[in-house]
Amino acid sequence: MLNQNLPFMILATLSVFSALMVVLSRKPVHSVLYLIFCFFTIGGHYLLLNAQFLFAVHIIVYAGAIMVLFLFTLMFINLNKELEPHKTNLVKAAATIVAGTLLLVMVSTVTDTGNILPAQVSQNEVGTVAVLGKKLYGDYVLPFELTSILLLAAMVGAVMIGKKKTES
Amino acid sequence: MEFIIVKFVLVVVVFLVSLGIAAYSTYAERKIAAFLQDRVGPDRAGPFGILQPLADGVKMFMKEEIIPTHADKGLFILGPSIMMMTACMTGVVIPWGNTLIINGTEYPVQITDINIGILYIFGVVSIGVYGIMIGGWASNNKYSLMGAIRASSQMISYELAMGMSIIALVMMTGTLSIGEIVKQQEGMHWNVFVQPLGFILFIVCAFAECNRTPFDLPECETELVGGYHTEYSSMKLGFYLFAEYINMFISSAIIASLYFGGYNFPFIAQLGLPHNILTLLGTLIFFGKVFFFIFFFMWVRWTLPRFRYDQLMHVGWRVMIPLALFNILLTAVIVLWQNGQFN
Amino acid sequence: MQLTNRSEVVVNKVMTFKERLYFPAIISGLVITVKHLFKKRATVKYPEEIRPVAPIYRGLHVLKRDEQGRENCTACGLCAVACPAEAITMTAAERKKGEEHLYREEKYAAVYEINMLRCIFCGLCEEACPKEAIFLTDRMLPSDMNRANFIFGKDKLVEGVSNDSRIDISKRTNAHRKD
Repeated sequence: MLNQNLPFMILATLSVFSALMVVLSRKPVHSVLYLIFCFFTIGGHYLLLNAQFLFAVHIIVYAGAIMVLFLFTLMFINLNKELEPHKTNLVKAAATIVAGTLLLVMVSTVTDTGNILPAQVSQNEVGTVAVLGKKLYGDYVLPFELTSILLLAAMVGAVMIGKKKTES
Repeated sequence: MEFIIVKFVLVVVVFLVSLGIAAYSTYAERKIAAFLQDRVGPDRAGPFGILQPLADGVKMFMKEEIIPTHADKGLFILGPSIMMMTACMTGVVIPWGNTLIINGTEYPVQITDINIGILYIFGVVSIGVYGIMIGGWASNNKYSLMGAIRASSQMISYELAMGMSIIALVMMTGTLSIGEIVKQQEGMHWNVFVQPLGFILFIVCAFAECNRTPFDLPECETELVGGYHTEYSSMKLGFYLFAEYINMFISSAIIASLYFGGYNFPFIAQLGLPHNILTLLGTLIFFGKVFFFIFFFMWVRWTLPRFRYDQLMHVGWRVMIPLALFNILLTAVIVLWQNGQFN
Repeated sequence: MQLTNRSEVVVNKVMTFKERLYFPAIISGLVITVKHLFKKRATVKYPEEIRPVAPIYRGLHVLKRDEQGRENCTACGLCAVACPAEAITMTAAERKKGEEHLYREEKYAAVYEINMLRCIFCGLCEEACPKEAIFLTDRMLPSDMNRANFIFGKDKLVEGVSNDSRIDISKRTNAHRKD
């Protein structure tokens, strides 16, 4: 049992560790890099669940594209201690309350859940490309297309915001 | 157990071959540059300068190792490591040859034929940017940072067009596994004949992804001193330069296997040779194609000048991506027509 | 004013569709470069292969001896005066008894140094010399890692006594002769 769970345990430890380091790192760039590492470990979890396509897409989209943009902007703004905006005590108190409430909600959810079922590693190629494609374009074609329209709308909105205002 | 040994041997062979070819690519680059410029090139180390890569390697190791005082030391070391690692990782999904039959068992000359081979390559390539970005940022030098930023925006821009040019290919072949794609191109049914636009888009993007001229803005000497590796010295610099050549080799291998039939060659059945000999011949021919593309990379480098940065972005977003989308549309129509959907 | 017939006037014209495709231009560029693969190499592999030089080439200096193997130089200092780069220094000495087979006249140069980093190889020393002692030859100045080694003393300048260690300057002197 332990032997079977060993890859999972290692990956889970790494995920939790890197996720914590995202919050605890002093330099923003280090945080981003830990976040990228965290994404990799999560990708590893996908692989353990036999969802290779999800793994690849996760790496390409999140680790490969979105985080590059994160890092990109962070490098530009060059955050350091002197430039960090001073936060008032009120803001700090508000942040503490919000974070504490969120923690409370999550802890209560976890404790209320009676027994967590172990993840089922599917043997019948659920995560492979062909099956996923058939599902997406067969059973879930409407939500899928709606999502793409939503993304398109967001893209158009971003272009509108980004465009220089012309005198009208 | 036998499975592991076979794979282990394959991994080691592919790794060593990649390193060897990358080392000799540096020599070939200098020789070809010289020949195209009516010079002789390195000819002092050994006959025809054949030991030049060795001399270069020794030189790289002997150089003083400098880490700038204000550099982020950990990340400074991590940068070239990531670069080298991702460069070496891509080789595992490339089919270097057909199968070898030893004692009745069939062994494919490919480390692993995962069903998401193309996506795997994209994933690894997209991680490769981090090597440049981290190295450039950790140097704490404005030129390095500029190089890193250029590299990342260039890579993201061209990755999109590259992915789209591949999508058209995937629509034709119906598979993401590279081994399968190569199998489908038996004989002379090479994908380049059915996807000429896709091929042109792909090769242009490959140049951009490898940071080769005319897209070598991240290390543009005239503007950025040395680009992202300005502060690097000794073998760390060597790793960056070396990774570029490995990337070039792997890109050539991918181009050869996706568009030029990989280990397939015409009249393969008419030769009437035993299976294993045919496989070895196929591998040799595959390497011939790869070498041609490596030569092509160098040939272009010593012909074309560098793009200006706005031109680069213009080409990436306003030429390559619309063309790739058009290619996808065209391919979709043709595939549907062939399937008889319009009747 | 037109300086060459190869100049082209810069025009900021709008490119045609064919030009904007770039690929024809790129391919023609590639053809040009690949043609150079088969052209003759311009490189001269120096130590093995020496470029032919003109007969009056002014290379490394030599201090000549006469037919009996005696040094021609009398340390008169005219070469040092003539030298525009002030590269030549010398110390004169008197010939002792028993040294007649070494030096042609009563006075000789005990030290004769040319700083090769200063020398501009103009050949004025040769022209100034009344005793036909110093000549410029078709030899090249060897490179070195150390500046001190570029100060050539008599050990490097004076030719040998034996026939095969003599340095031939006939090409240069013949070219100068007007007949």
